[in-house]
Amino acid sequence: MPQSSFVMYEEEYREITSSIDKLLKEANAKCVYLVDKDGQLIASSGETRDIDATSLASLTAGNIAATGGLAKLIGEKEFSILFHEGEKDNIHISLIEQRVILVVIFDKRSSLGLVRLRVRKASEDLARSIQKLLARMAGGSEKESLLEEISDEDIEKLFN
Amino acid sequence: MSFINYSSREINCKIVYYGPGLCGKTTNLQHIYRKTRPDAKGKMITLATETERTLFFDFLPLALGDIKGFKTRFHLYTVPGQIFYDASRKLILKGVDGIVFVADSQAERMDANIESFENMKVNLEDQGYNLSQVPYVVQYNKRDLPSAVPVEELKKVLNPEGVPDFEAVASDGAGVFETLKTIVKLVLIELKKSS
Repeated sequence: MPQSSFVMYEEEYREITSSIDKLLKEANAKCVYLVDKDGQLIASSGETRDIDATSLASLTAGNIAATGGLAKLIGEKEFSILFHEGEKDNIHISLIEQRVILVVIFDKRSSLGLVRLRVRKASEDLARSIQKLLARMAGGSEKESLLEEISDEDIEKLFN
Repeated sequence: MSFINYSSREINCKIVYYGPGLCGKTTNLQHIYRKTRPDAKGKMITLATETERTLFFDFLPLALGDIKGFKTRFHLYTVPGQIFYDASRKLILKGVDGIVFVADSQAERMDANIESFENMKVNLEDQGYNLSQVPYVVQYNKRDLPSAVPVEELKKVLNPEGVPDFEAVASDGAGVFETLKTIVKLVLIELKKSS
């Protein structure tokens, strides 16, 4: 069944961004990303300028998908946390509500323990935001008229 | 699943290139990458083996201009075509909005085409989709090769539903953008319908 779109409004974006801004500060991280499981970037915070966020989002989603496949192979439901340790920077990846992926990049100014602790707290806030968003989407909304307004000419014009 | 972001005013969609091994999925993306203005494309990611066979996926983000003040962005993915990478193929179909089935026109690849097409249907169903409800197009690639099967014959086997189909020589770019344009249109039309 083709799924309907994942729609995020300005106020939802602000709420999510304020949660990840807070996590960034409390975890002493370099940057934080929130990514949809399908590989779309939802929000980011911190020193993100030098990182290609689109690539990061798609690779993270691929990573989570591959790890999820591995989990099923050995009879686990999922691996909810992944950690990659580098020479300078580390990546902590966790799954929220089975739906979105929280990515925290940090260096020696922080530690895995601190990141795990803060991620746990932030995940609760983010889970609430995502649940609200999904509930609003399930309930439908008259604001989603954008798509209805798209005309055939609009689509045609994209290629001229 | 498309993602509509009112904050950044973007519509994001996912298109997957599917087909048997060595049919030219990666070549399609490489051509699109080469011929697209730098400001309209992101980095192309290729997760391949040392012998340049796709291991997990290729990924190319494309920006296609505005609709009603929203930027349209398309994320193009290829699946690994080799039979034994089926677990990876299944994962890449997650959240797909449109599919390009790339067939290899050579007579000796007919069985591989059919097997891949059937495999695509099964994998879509595993993800909760039904091919008849997903926008898709078919591309008959490698039309320049001497052993290419007549298009009518390919159509009969690989396009019984009569979806839009295209002849292509992806290595020199013929048919690549025609295919892309049509799938993009179909995805947007479907998006509009589902609202």
